[in-house]
Amino acid sequence: MKSKSLKVNLVTGRSLVQGRLKEQGKLSEDYLNNVACCELNQDDLNALGIAKGQNVKISTDSGSVVVKASIGTQALEKGMAFMPYGPWAEFLVDPKTHSTGMPTYKGINATISPAMKEKVLTIEEIIEIIRSK
Amino acid sequence: MSSKIFQDIICTVCGCCCDNLEIEIKDGNISRAKNACAMSLGKLMNFNKERNEFPMVRNGDKLSKASLSEAIDKAANILADSKYPILYGWSLTSCEAIELGVELADCIGGVMDNTTGTCHGPGIIGIQDVGESTCTLGEVKHRADLIIYWGANPVHAHPNHMMRYSALSKGRFRATRKDRNVITVDVRMTDTAKISDSFIQIEPNKDYELLSAITATVKDLELEQDKVAGVPLEEIENLADIMVNCEFGIIFFGLGITMSLGKSRNIDMALSLVRELNKRTKFLIMPMRGHFNVTGANQVTAWQTGYPFAVDLSKGFPLYNPGDTSAVDILMRDECDAALVVASDPISNFPNQAARNLAKIPLITIDPHVTLTTLCSEVVIPSAHVGIETEGSIYRMDGVVLEARKFIEPPNGIVSDVEILQNLLNRVKKISK
Amino acid sequence: MRFLTSELLIKNGIIFDPINNVDGEKMDISIKDDKIVDKVSKGARVLDASGKIVMPGGVDIHSHIAGSKVNSGRILRPEDHEKDVEYKTKIKRSGVGHSIPSTFTTGYRYSTLGYTTVIEAAAPPLKARHTHEELNEIPILDKACYTLLGNNWFIMELLKENKLEECAAYVSWMLEATRGYAIKIVDPGGVEAWGWGNFITNLEDEVPNFSITPREIVVGLCKANKMLNLPHAIHVHTNNLGVPGNYQTTIETMDSVSNLYSGDKPIIHITHTQFTGFKGSSWLNLSSGAPEIADYVNKHKHVTLDLGQIAFGDTTTMTADGPFQFFLHKLSGNKWVNCDVEAETGSGIVPFTYRRSNYVNAIQWGIGLELALLVKDPWRIFMTTDHPNGAPFTKYPLVISWLVSKKAREKALAKINSSAKRRLDIPGMDREYTLSELAIITRAATAKALGLKNKGHLGIGADADVAIYDFNPSSMDPSKHYPKLKRAFGNAHYTIKGGKIISKKKEILDCVDGRTYWAKSRISKDLESSILENLKDMFEDSYTVRMSNYVIREDYLKIPEKIEVTAEV
Repeated sequence: MKSKSLKVNLVTGRSLVQGRLKEQGKLSEDYLNNVACCELNQDDLNALGIAKGQNVKISTDSGSVVVKASIGTQALEKGMAFMPYGPWAEFLVDPKTHSTGMPTYKGINATISPAMKEKVLTIEEIIEIIRSK
Repeated sequence: MSSKIFQDIICTVCGCCCDNLEIEIKDGNISRAKNACAMSLGKLMNFNKERNEFPMVRNGDKLSKASLSEAIDKAANILADSKYPILYGWSLTSCEAIELGVELADCIGGVMDNTTGTCHGPGIIGIQDVGESTCTLGEVKHRADLIIYWGANPVHAHPNHMMRYSALSKGRFRATRKDRNVITVDVRMTDTAKISDSFIQIEPNKDYELLSAITATVKDLELEQDKVAGVPLEEIENLADIMVNCEFGIIFFGLGITMSLGKSRNIDMALSLVRELNKRTKFLIMPMRGHFNVTGANQVTAWQTGYPFAVDLSKGFPLYNPGDTSAVDILMRDECDAALVVASDPISNFPNQAARNLAKIPLITIDPHVTLTTLCSEVVIPSAHVGIETEGSIYRMDGVVLEARKFIEPPNGIVSDVEILQNLLNRVKKISK
Repeated sequence: MRFLTSELLIKNGIIFDPINNVDGEKMDISIKDDKIVDKVSKGARVLDASGKIVMPGGVDIHSHIAGSKVNSGRILRPEDHEKDVEYKTKIKRSGVGHSIPSTFTTGYRYSTLGYTTVIEAAAPPLKARHTHEELNEIPILDKACYTLLGNNWFIMELLKENKLEECAAYVSWMLEATRGYAIKIVDPGGVEAWGWGNFITNLEDEVPNFSITPREIVVGLCKANKMLNLPHAIHVHTNNLGVPGNYQTTIETMDSVSNLYSGDKPIIHITHTQFTGFKGSSWLNLSSGAPEIADYVNKHKHVTLDLGQIAFGDTTTMTADGPFQFFLHKLSGNKWVNCDVEAETGSGIVPFTYRRSNYVNAIQWGIGLELALLVKDPWRIFMTTDHPNGAPFTKYPLVISWLVSKKAREKALAKINSSAKRRLDIPGMDREYTLSELAIITRAATAKALGLKNKGHLGIGADADVAIYDFNPSSMDPSKHYPKLKRAFGNAHYTIKGGKIISKKKEILDCVDGRTYWAKSRISKDLESSILENLKDMFEDSYTVRMSNYVIREDYLKIPEKIEVTAEV
């Protein structure tokens, strides 16, 4: 029986594509497709029973978000997840700065589960959430 | 039709601030850019996409077009009325604009903070404890026989760094790639690691431990463990050996160590290791600053207030206490009552709860582009791109200052940050009289 | 209260204007617009200076107030700022003070001391733009900066090949490109050696990879300076700073160019000589080399010095002498910043506390003062603390009290390390600086050494930069009443800059922008084109910026003022 959720160590960071696309505007589909995603190790994808391109839900103590699972060009260890910087990753980042002013953007404990029936939030939807009272 | 070539243009994307771009303009548009990396081309070919075309002011739920003076008037009133505003961003604009930002913060008694807090702020805090042995990038080019990228991935984040300044550069005393030993330390085999001479894989959140272990080894202390941070003792001893025996070594560090647990303590440890190494050989360290003028934001804020970021001017004198006076923390405590964001997109880059608290308060954004922050603002004022449509002074990651130039006219009605901020400042002063 | 007139009459002050031979005479000073004039009309605003000392505005010839290492120092030391804040007012911007004040605070505080011209002592050429950005933001004062050239790759190569004219041409180009005022030499050759973590310990050591010696660098640049007719002599921070026994290096350095003296104006300036006046072979037997140095200076007119006097307390050391700063870090254990600059120079910063009870620091205190008291000609020795290395500039009034009053010195001596007291000659020295001599070493002589003809005096045509101090020398002896003198000099009764009343006691009344001076030496067109040709190639190989981006436009300076001379080449 394939496990339906996995504990991972989440790192958010710059990717070349995200770095390039942020200069071109964040409202494009291109941006969403390349930034609302999470890189996983192939073994972990198998364990979750999903294929790359399918949606996953990632949860941390700070919140959760649905993004597309992907395989990156740079190797990723089992048990690790990488998300590009951006509005989707920010649902997961730990805001505690430990008196430094810097939230915890890397090395966050997260849980991943398949979410094939759930949708990835669009930028407009994210804005609505942020602006909601 | 008409074409013109501009030489020695300074790129305004990452902290490399490469100044050898050759831009060809045909009919008022960029037709060709020589020497520009992928990120730079991304900006040069697309900087007109998703731009704010005119100033806007929020009416009910919508942002509607306004004149520049209406927008400035509304913004000035918001700021003059506020008790504890934050003035944030600043890393993607010119020093001249940042100078006006500090003046505005001083005038209204606000908090002057820049994106350093969420990038290399921990590094600065580390430096304030330990100090820093560093240099300008040419020193690396000429002398470095050992280059270590720690938690940094220049192939992705600083594409021209290796060729112009580090691993792949040609220096007076290091003419070829063979003259250099390049090592990458990271949690994953990045593209930078792939082209290094060796790669050390470290467990996430264990940078402090590994740096500490290397320092101990450099000091000839015996380690009790077989492994630290997932790295076998033999590899640690080997690395320490390489470091001690090089002629000129440098660690370039990235957000891999500033953002993971330990934060400023991680950098503290890295700076201490480098300091210790100087007893045995020549060793230096440099942060890989991400934005083209975040260094400038630190420098200007420091020479005007004494502190490089997170400066609280609300009491009539500068106060600095990261964790207390830094933007994310102030927002998480829901303490500020207005914000001015310049050339930055914190709604996209801050933890969600902080972003929500920012969207709740009257928010003024000055930015060329439509961003999540502009879409959440009360007032949006479009601005010209520094280094393309307006000139300005910028600081490279190693503190070298360059004067970015203008080679294209901004769209009709769009002016520079400097002009906007000067107007805003004048208006605020009038209101406050 | 607004005054519509641009005329100002300072009445009945007790004037000390050594350049014009006025020594404590009661006179009026007339000012119109920004100049001293012969007389003014009845509608002039009147400032009553009865019973008060009136001097030209102070001219500080060596201070670290602006640029890359100063700002790195600010960033390094939040703890330095916390104890000394500057509140904003309607006129003043907020800021911080103590040893590394923020830019606005620097301008305000120098003004309240009665200083109106301050020179930034060390601008690394590649980062000179940063120096100017900060100088632009220091209000009120007129300024300039010295360009660091003593470890420059091109200069070392040109001098090695004996290409003196090309070297002079390159210096001329560099001063223009960096908008600098004079040639600054710090630890010649030593900072390049430090680029490899190595040290230079004497004038005959060869610089690694360049086969040139510090002696050759100093002599070569001295010759170039003469060829260029620059307004100020070469400004030299000698090798071996901070090393016991280094007084000999100082004397050798001064002597290295003695045969180049033509009897005209001095050709070498040794800066913060206290730090390079150490005698002895270790910290344990450290003693003062001031007598030997003073003896040399008294016998040789080609040299000028500034003191680099220390005051006890916490401060921050910062110099372009990277190797020395590393050495100080190891000695003190304090945090340390180092920054090497490609092809040119370096820098280092270490917080430091001078302690009365510390034998070495007490000797250092004595060395600076002994130099001041033993050098006979006040026109060739200037008062500085090498701010902030010896002490923050706000300690100038304290240093002044030690110079004018033996009693003040005795009070300090009573508290210092007793072994040091026994070792020093200063307890037995009776000399007390007169107010005229004080005016010389803090303004007249420094202006003269800088070649700033409109500064440092109150003659007709001089810039209207005036300091009024609330001390009456006719009724009070400065030596006996040194606490009052100290208070008066710490708190100028009025400071006038360019004819505008800037401050009254500690209050800043007005804020103006000052000029930034830079020196241009016009060389022959042929020499200029040939050097530019060579430069282009050398540049692309040596630097990581393009030559066109290296050069600073004149209008980058807020209010530039070019001092132009004609070279011999």
